[in-house]
Amino acid sequence: MLGIPIGIKDNISVLGLKTTCASKILKEYVSPYNATVIDLLEKQDALIIGKMNMDEFGMGSSSELSHYGAVHNPWNIEYVAGGSSGGSAAVVSSLQVPVALGSDTGGSIRCPSSFCSVIGMKPTYGTVSRYGLVSYSNSLEQIGPIARTVYDIVLILNTICGHDLSDDTSINKQFDFTINSIDNILSKNYKIGIISNLIDSSENQVVRTINKKIEKLKEYGFNVQETSINYSDFALAAYYIIATAEASSNLSRFDNIRYGFDFSPEGYEWNSYSSHVRSNFGEEVKRRILVGSFVLSAGYYGKYYLKAQKIRNIIKNEFNKLFKLFDILLLPTMPILPFKIGEKGSKPLELYNLDIYTILANLSGIPAISIPAGFSKDGLPIGLQLLSNELNEQKLLDVATFFEKDDKFNEWNPKI
Amino acid sequence: MIKTKEEIQQLKGLGYNNGDNNDIDAKAENVKIGLEIHCQLTSLQTKLFCGCFSNYRNLKPNINTCPICLGLPGSLPRLNKKAIEYATMICISFNCNVPEKITFYRKNYFYPDLPKNFQITQYNSYELSSIGSDGSLQYHDDINDNKIKRYNQKIVRIKRIQLEEDPGKIVYENNNSKLTNHCLIDYNRAGVALVEIVTEPDFTNAGDVRLFLHKITNIFEYLGVSDPNLDGAVRCDVNVSIKGGKKVEIKNISSFKDVEKSIFYEVTRQKTLSTHEIKVKSETRHWDEKRKITIPARTKEEEDEYKYFPEPDIPRILLGSNFKEEIKEKMPELPSERLDRYKGIHKLSNHISTILVNNKKISDFYEKSLKIYYSPKEISNWIVNELLSKINDDDDVGEEKDDSNDTFLSNNRAFNTSATPQQIADIAKLVDQSSINRNTAKDIFNKSIITGESPIKLSQTIKVEKIADIYILTKCINDILNNEKHLVEQSINNPNVYNFVLGKLMKKTGGRADPQISLKLIKDMIEKEKDLLYK
Repeated sequence: MLGIPIGIKDNISVLGLKTTCASKILKEYVSPYNATVIDLLEKQDALIIGKMNMDEFGMGSSSELSHYGAVHNPWNIEYVAGGSSGGSAAVVSSLQVPVALGSDTGGSIRCPSSFCSVIGMKPTYGTVSRYGLVSYSNSLEQIGPIARTVYDIVLILNTICGHDLSDDTSINKQFDFTINSIDNILSKNYKIGIISNLIDSSENQVVRTINKKIEKLKEYGFNVQETSINYSDFALAAYYIIATAEASSNLSRFDNIRYGFDFSPEGYEWNSYSSHVRSNFGEEVKRRILVGSFVLSAGYYGKYYLKAQKIRNIIKNEFNKLFKLFDILLLPTMPILPFKIGEKGSKPLELYNLDIYTILANLSGIPAISIPAGFSKDGLPIGLQLLSNELNEQKLLDVATFFEKDDKFNEWNPKI
Repeated sequence: MIKTKEEIQQLKGLGYNNGDNNDIDAKAENVKIGLEIHCQLTSLQTKLFCGCFSNYRNLKPNINTCPICLGLPGSLPRLNKKAIEYATMICISFNCNVPEKITFYRKNYFYPDLPKNFQITQYNSYELSSIGSDGSLQYHDDINDNKIKRYNQKIVRIKRIQLEEDPGKIVYENNNSKLTNHCLIDYNRAGVALVEIVTEPDFTNAGDVRLFLHKITNIFEYLGVSDPNLDGAVRCDVNVSIKGGKKVEIKNISSFKDVEKSIFYEVTRQKTLSTHEIKVKSETRHWDEKRKITIPARTKEEEDEYKYFPEPDIPRILLGSNFKEEIKEKMPELPSERLDRYKGIHKLSNHISTILVNNKKISDFYEKSLKIYYSPKEISNWIVNELLSKINDDDDVGEEKDDSNDTFLSNNRAFNTSATPQQIADIAKLVDQSSINRNTAKDIFNKSIITGESPIKLSQTIKVEKIADIYILTKCINDILNNEKHLVEQSINNPNVYNFVLGKLMKKTGGRADPQISLKLIKDMIEKEKDLLYK
C-alpha cells in the first residue's frame, strides 16, 4: 500500500495528530499514540493523509452535528453526506482519496456510504481492533473501510483485520479475503433472503431501486426468496438504550483535567469547573449522556438496560435462524433519500428512526456492507445493504463484486 | 463537633487491653463492626489493565503511566491474567466460592483521581460477578496473648472478594488542603490491581479486628501476592453500628493502630449519641489521623448512584469448573497449613509453632535452617529462644521509633537479623552431635552472630575441653570469693549462692569448668571460709 493516501475518521487516534471527535471538548487534544489500525496501515507504508469530519463522537446520521461545521454531499452540496462517518464517505466519493476509515456504531459507515454512493463495510464485531478508536458504544462499534471499489475494500480489510492483544474483544483469527471471479461467485449458489417486511417501509424511490437490484440477482440465477425478521421494532429502542448507556460512561472521562480544550480552571471550584467544561458538549451528545445516565440509574437498570440486552439476544437469535436458511440478507441501507442540510436539525426522533436498517448488524455483531444501488430521479444516491452471518465477510464481498461487475458503480462520479 | 471532655476521658479510659470486658459490654450495646479491606497485588509485575509497573513507589509523579491507565481517548483495558490467579488464591484462603465465570463492571463517579471517571470493578447486585463470595475465616485470640493462654476460636464471614483498579493519588502541596486553592494528581498508582475483601459485620471489638488483620496480612505474605509492609499496600475501611443506630462507614484509615483507635472513637461517639437519645444516622466519616477523631465526610461521596453496568471492553471471563482446583494445586502453603505441619510432623509445641508461623520471614528462616540440618526441636529452640529474644531486646531500645512508622505491618516486629540459617543449623548440629554444653554453645552462637564466623570453626578454635584441673579451678574460685566476700556470709541463709558462684566460674572459664567437680570445690571452699569466719 506504498503511498496510498488514506483518510481517517477523527475519532481514530493517530500519533501526533489532533483527535477531536468533531467536539469542542477535544479541540486541543493531540493523540500521543497510534490506534492499532493506524500501526497496521503504516506498516504497509500507507499514507495517513488527514482526519475526516464527523458527527460529534459519532452521534448522528447526517454529519451535521460537528463543532467544525456540517459535511456536504458531493452529489449535491445542499444535501447531507450521511453520518456519522460523513467526512470519510465524502472524500472517497469526491475522488480526493481512494479509501478512508470510518467507524460504525449503528450504521455510521454504511449510512454515509449510501448517501454518497460509495462502498462501506462494517466487519464482524471483534475482527478489527478498536484500540485507539475513541469509544462511543464499545459493544456495538467497529472500524471499517470506505472505498469506491470492492478491490480496495479487500485490500484494507486484509490489512486491518486480525487479532490484537490490546483489545480484549478482538477475535483470535487470521483473515484473508479475496476477489472471486463472477463464475466462481455464481457457482456458489448463494441463497439470498429479501427482508421484505423492512423494505416496504422505505420511500418509494428507494423500494423501486432495490427491487431492480433484486431482479438482477434473479436474472443471474441467484436463489432469491422473500423473508422477514421479527422483533425489529424493538431493536431501535434497545439500540439507543445500550448505545447511550455506554456513551454516558465513556464520555465521562472528558473533564478537561488531563487533556481537552483551552479553558482555565482559575476561579472555579472542582464541581463548578467540571459542569462548565461539560456544558461544551453539543446538544445531541448531552441528550445521549442524559438518556444513558437515566437508563443506568439504580432503580431503572432492570427496566431498561437489562431489557435492551434481552432484546439484543432475541435479535441475535432471529439472525441465527435466518442464516440457517440464507447466506445473505438483503435490504436498503437507508429508508429515505439524503435530505437537505438543516432539514431535520430539530427532530432527533426522526433522525433516530433512520437507523432502523443499520443497527441490526451492530446489535447482533454480524458484518454488513452498503454498496451503490442507483439514484433518485433528482440524482441522489441510494444504497443497498447486504448482511451475512458473523465472519462470513467473503460472501458479502462476493455479491458486492457481482453488482460492481454488473453495473460498474465504481465508475459513477459526482460532478463536483 | 461531637468530641466532648467526657468523651475524651472515656476514650483514654478504654485503652488497649480491654478484651473480654469490652466484649460483654459490646454484646449489650450490640456493637457490630464490618471491614472493607483493600489489598494491592504488589507482587504483580504490571498493573491490572496495562503494562505499566505495579511498583509505583518512589517514582517521579506521573511517569509510571500510559494511554490505558491515564484513560486517554481510545485506549482499552487489557486484563492481567495473573491478577485473576492471585485473587483466586486469596479467595481460596478465605474459603470463598469461586464462580465458573466472572464479569467486570463499571462504577461511574466523577473524581479527579479517577482517570476515566469510572472504576473497573466487580458488582454482585445484578449477577454473581465477583471472583469470590460467601467465605469465612477462622482466627483465635491466643496468638498475641502469651501470658493468659486462651484459644477462643472465632469466625468471620466474608461477603465477597472482588478485583478492581486503584485510583491515582491526590496530592496537596505542603500536605495541607486548606493552605492551597489547588491540588495535584499523581496517576502513577492508577490502575494497580486491588483485591477488595468485604466482611460481614461479625466483629464486636477492636481487639478482634486487630487479630483478624494480622491474620490476613500474614496470609497475603504467605501467598506471595502482596507485601503488606509497603506503604499503602493494605488499606482498611471500617463500618460500625450499635443497637438502634444506623451503619457508619469510616474511611481514610492508614494504619493498624488507627483502625483500632477509630473503632474505639466511633463506638464511644455512637454510644454517647445514644445515651443522649440521638439516633445515629447512616453516613461516611473520615478518620482524621492527626486529631485521632472521625469527622463527617462531604455528602457528595455518600450518594449511592454509581450507574453500574458490565464493562463492555472486557468480555465475561470463563474460568471453568476446574479453575479453583488448578490454582489450589500450585498455591503456596498457607500459615494454618504450616502450623499444622509444625505441630504434627515437627512435633513442636503450639506456642513455638505459632511464633514461627506468625511471621513468614521467621518461618522461612526456620525452613531454610531445617534444610541444612534437620532437627526441628533444636533449630526452633535456637530461633525462638535465642535469636528472637536477642532481636526483641535490640528492638526495645528503638520502640518509640517503631510506633511512629506503624503501617499495616504483617506482624508486630520486622525480622531483621544478620544471622543466617547456616549458623543456626551449625549450632544445632554442634549441640546435637558433640559434647559441648549449652552454655558453651550459646557463647559460640553469640560470637558467631557478631563476627559472622562459622560456629563450627569457632568451636574448633575455642578450647572446648572441660577444665577438671583442681588447682586451676581452686584458684579461680578463690579469686571470685576474694572479690565478693559477702557471698560467704550470704551462703548461710541462701543455698543458691553455690550456683551463683558456679555461674561466675563458668563465665570466667568460658563455660569450660567441669560443673560437677567445680560445684563440689565451691561447696568445700565456702564451708571452709564459713568455719574460718565463725571460729
